[in-house]
Amino acid sequence: MTETYIARSSDVASRMLGGEMIIMSAADSTLFTLNQQATAIWNAADGVTPLSEIVESKICGAFEVDPAVAYQDAEELVRDLAGHGILLVSERPAEGREVTS
Amino acid sequence: MHGTCIEIGGMAILVRTESPEFFGILEERYGGGFVNPSAEPLFALDVEIVPPGSNSDPDAEASVRFEGGRWVLERGDFYAEWNPGLGRGYIRQGAYPYAMDAVLRILHSLLLVRQGGLLIHAASGVRNGRAFLFSGVSGAGKTTISRLAPQDVTLLTDEISYVRRDGDGYRAFGTPFAGELAKVGENISAPVAALYFLAQGPENRIETMAPAEAGRTLLRNILFFAEDAELVKLVFDAACEFVSKVPVYRLTFVPDGRVWDLIV
Repeated sequence: MTETYIARSSDVASRMLGGEMIIMSAADSTLFTLNQQATAIWNAADGVTPLSEIVESKICGAFEVDPAVAYQDAEELVRDLAGHGILLVSERPAEGREVTS
Repeated sequence: MHGTCIEIGGMAILVRTESPEFFGILEERYGGGFVNPSAEPLFALDVEIVPPGSNSDPDAEASVRFEGGRWVLERGDFYAEWNPGLGRGYIRQGAYPYAMDAVLRILHSLLLVRQGGLLIHAASGVRNGRAFLFSGVSGAGKTTISRLAPQDVTLLTDEISYVRRDGDGYRAFGTPFAGELAKVGENISAPVAALYFLAQGPENRIETMAPAEAGRTLLRNILFFAEDAELVKLVFDAACEFVSKVPVYRLTFVPDGRVWDLIV
């Protein structure tokens, strides 16, 4: 299976406000609000941790979600955010970064 | 050459022109408290007055971009440049105040953003030494609530509020940027006590807004014109910081003076 690596675009600004993650695309000022699960994925999007690992470590345990459903939801979220250019998707880990646990 | 220092939000810009007619327009437009001959200007703007051209629409969208070390500001009725490094700028426009107003709004939005300040599409007034902001899109009630303000309220603006960081909070300043009320604000300032997003309804009601909703709504009501990703991020940060420090409410109101009983 090909792994997916995700990284936050440098062309966005984000902030937690009252427990909600607000993201703005600096390119066109579009605003996004993430729920808790999406926020957990967003925060873990370091470009070097595989998406499957992010889902397992940040979603399945914390939110008591079935792993297959959680991964499917995560893929959908990643496609959506990538489509807006605020998340970068790759089949390889980003260079110049070390995996952190 | 005629020159006058136009001071808004405590920041002065020296405006110079060779046109006595336009100098008179400037004195009339900003003389109600926003001309300060003794202020130390941040930079100078030289105004070249040209006859109105075919493309002089003040309602056209402004283009604001950073090119070759200077800001270029362009709209149907003006062309302007500001070089922050050299500390000077230039405007080419017709002999009327609307273009100058627009250029000043844009320049102040650029000056403010690096200080964590904001220009907000909002009316504002000072009561008991504290500033209250009333924001909303056109038709939400900014002019109405300004018109209903009792005598103990000093109006800062009925259209564009000027907010700067002030210690751990914010301070609102009067502006000459008037809306439908066509009344220039008082050039005073006060600490910001609250921001209200306006809606007209069958009763007067105040509801606290959650920070995320407040932030999203504020971002939709900020005046910022520059096509610059770095500065857009600063605007985002400033808006988030503002709603983290200032209480934000939704104010539904009946358009009569009783609404001001709630603003204390």
